[in-house]
Amino acid sequence: MTTAAPTVGGRTRLSQSQSLVSRLVGFATSQEVVLLLVVVLLFTVVGNANPRFLAERNVLNIFNGNAYIAVAAVGMTMVIISRNIDISVGSLIGVLGTISGAMAVNGYPIWSSWLVPILLGGLVGAVIGFMVAYLRIPSIVVTLGLLSILKGGLITVTNGEWITDMPADYFLAQMRTPELSLPGITIPAIPSPIIIMVILTLLAALWMRYSATGRAIYAVGGNAEAARLSGISEKRIIMTVFIINGLCVGIAAVLWATQLSIIQSTVPAGLELQVITSAVVGGVSILGGIGTTVGAMLAAILLSAINSALVFINVSPYWFRSVVGVLILITVLTDMLRRRRTQI
Amino acid sequence: MPPEQPPILEMGHISKRFAATQALSDVSFVLHPGEVHALLGENGAGKSTLIKIISGVHKADSGSIAIDGQPVSFNNPREAQARGIATIYQELSLYPDLTVAENIFMGHAPRRKFGPVSVLDWDAMFSRAQELLESLNITDMDVRRKVGTLTVGNRQRVEIAKALSLNARVLIMDEPTAALTEADVQRLFEIVRLLKTRGVAIVYISHRLAEVYEVCDRVTVLRDGHYIDSKPVSATTEADLVSMMVGRTIDNLFPKITAKIGQPVLEVRNLTRKPLTRDVSLTVRAGEIVGLAGLVGSGRSELAQVIFGFTPAESGEIRIDGKVVKVRTPGDAMRHGIAYVPEDRGTQGLVRQMRVRENVSLTVLRSLASGLFINSQSERQLAEEKVKEMGVKTPSIEQIVGKLSGGNQQKVVVGKWLATHPRVLIMDEPTRGIDVGAKAEIHRLMSELAGQGLAIIMISSELPEVLGMSDRVLVMRGGQFVAEYSREEATQEKVVTAMMTEHGSTAA
Repeated sequence: MTTAAPTVGGRTRLSQSQSLVSRLVGFATSQEVVLLLVVVLLFTVVGNANPRFLAERNVLNIFNGNAYIAVAAVGMTMVIISRNIDISVGSLIGVLGTISGAMAVNGYPIWSSWLVPILLGGLVGAVIGFMVAYLRIPSIVVTLGLLSILKGGLITVTNGEWITDMPADYFLAQMRTPELSLPGITIPAIPSPIIIMVILTLLAALWMRYSATGRAIYAVGGNAEAARLSGISEKRIIMTVFIINGLCVGIAAVLWATQLSIIQSTVPAGLELQVITSAVVGGVSILGGIGTTVGAMLAAILLSAINSALVFINVSPYWFRSVVGVLILITVLTDMLRRRRTQI
Repeated sequence: MPPEQPPILEMGHISKRFAATQALSDVSFVLHPGEVHALLGENGAGKSTLIKIISGVHKADSGSIAIDGQPVSFNNPREAQARGIATIYQELSLYPDLTVAENIFMGHAPRRKFGPVSVLDWDAMFSRAQELLESLNITDMDVRRKVGTLTVGNRQRVEIAKALSLNARVLIMDEPTAALTEADVQRLFEIVRLLKTRGVAIVYISHRLAEVYEVCDRVTVLRDGHYIDSKPVSATTEADLVSMMVGRTIDNLFPKITAKIGQPVLEVRNLTRKPLTRDVSLTVRAGEIVGLAGLVGSGRSELAQVIFGFTPAESGEIRIDGKVVKVRTPGDAMRHGIAYVPEDRGTQGLVRQMRVRENVSLTVLRSLASGLFINSQSERQLAEEKVKEMGVKTPSIEQIVGKLSGGNQQKVVVGKWLATHPRVLIMDEPTRGIDVGAKAEIHRLMSELAGQGLAIIMISSELPEVLGMSDRVLVMRGGQFVAEYSREEATQEKVVTAMMTEHGSTAA
């Protein structure tokens, strides 16, 4: 617009190389890379102690077991980054999973028993979003209420009856890709939850990083007032975040329900905490504005791997919860330290 | 009020420095029992710092404080309280969910023995609270009522009773009438006069000169952290006081370049949003810088936020280039070419944990996106361009904004707004808290932008800045414009008089 200052080539180049170094350092100390290293380390150490840990079957199980949690964590990541929380996800997964199973055994087309829960999840998300964004009720209160309603409602409606005898082609989560034999290498059959988890996580990560709406989510979570003053509609962003979260929860519910041969019509205990833990250990700041879905997915995998590793090194699985607790505290502590270092 | 009584409080040669700012230098202040002593000065003159030193919130770097002739040194507000110094701040510090009596006796409630333990003596607390209020001629307040349900005036009376329950002999009142209705002001004055007869010394801070004449005995004026003078109120006129307060040195930091002033860009007609925007009309032309002067709380930022749609108007109209536009949200304002650089860059201007690049592009995300995704190359280009244009000193556009200095952060905020190609730029305290060099750069930039035909509204509490940068100065008081001066007419005396006094309005 105005007179351009003469560019001093040397200085520009210097600052670019400085920024490259600092970006590399930033990348190497990012939560995602640290988590990846920890996962690799865990596999190496435990695999050394007990080679059966690295058996193809077990590794696939580790990735597969928490895949639906990682899918729910994609939505949770967005919710927490926008400086909200959803503690109803566990109950919603239970309810939507039950609906999915009930539809399947009652003769609805299989595709609809997969699709309807996802859409219902989006609808519930819209309701939560509306109450948070427009009625200005804190999300923790809205979802606490919803948690109770869903939990109570599920028992009342189903009388706690189990759903069994779903049609054979219902079990989406048990499907696998065909084994691929390329010259020199065999790619094993990969269970569908892993594929869905990876695709969804990467899509969400790209969208959050490169789309206008994704950027606005970080801005709203980082400083809602500054975001509003920049012309961003906080209400619209919060609605969007909760709707996407609802859709993710719907997908997670279908993955959860279709891996079971019996759906117990109850809400899996402590599931919402596992989802939130994945996000937090994955580097999503509980204060909003910071985090990625990739981190959350890696954290979900790490938690699954720890759970499995305890068995292979003969440690009582009851330690699992304590280990997770320690992980949460370490992550939050490093988050605080990192914040203190980057800003006053 | 016999002035011969020995002073209750003597402060001598007090100096205090906060980082880069010398808040007080060599200030003396003497207070006698039974006097109401006005403390006057512009925004930033050092009044708040002085009372915070009296009440033990801050410690002076040098100088002496004596109470009843004995030297004292307060490490915290409790120690000051114990020596009979009580402060009533603008934002009252009461607990809304507790009763009047509990608030009065917070921290020193009467107790009684209940077997081996000491418990609260509720009966004593209620009856003593009642007595205290009655001693102030307040008979219409229920001591069992929750403070949150009281009017502002009544809450203030609770604060005063609380101070007296601590046997306060020095009562500091920081703008006590700022939020009161006229009836409450009169009751406050009655209480002040009552306390005077009991020998309580009162430090009275107010921007309303009329009140100084109504209720105060002596006046001390501060300017830029310096002691100017102390006089009996009866020996001064309003004009004296104003000239003592102003006369701040205008350093030659304001390279105002006169721009060609063109057609009206922004026209505001009868804009109202109660309580602080009342029937305001305003025209700003291309190339013009209009300075809004006024005291804190006079409604300047509120007006800006109404024009910007952050708190949309209840009635009135906004025109851009002669066309009426609807501004209900900041998004609307931006679409019509209005930009707002807010008062507080930390909480309103920037997302501190984001990068420079991301902050600059925040206002134009939509237009940077082609399809679903933001075009990274255009985004980087935009950020590089604004960083260069504003002269932001940063290692790169990928720097986290929170790590930059205040001045550079402010340049990022301005850059972010220029990215929207605005026609009207509202700058709220554009140079508050930034160093002299960055300040001069912001001022140079404002001149340049005006030269390019932008219409600029500048809100500032620094008179020299207002007078130095504005083509026209508008003075606000109580949510309205009360005076308007051209660049040539405007003087510190005129502007301050309009800011502070009822009859200061000359042209409006």
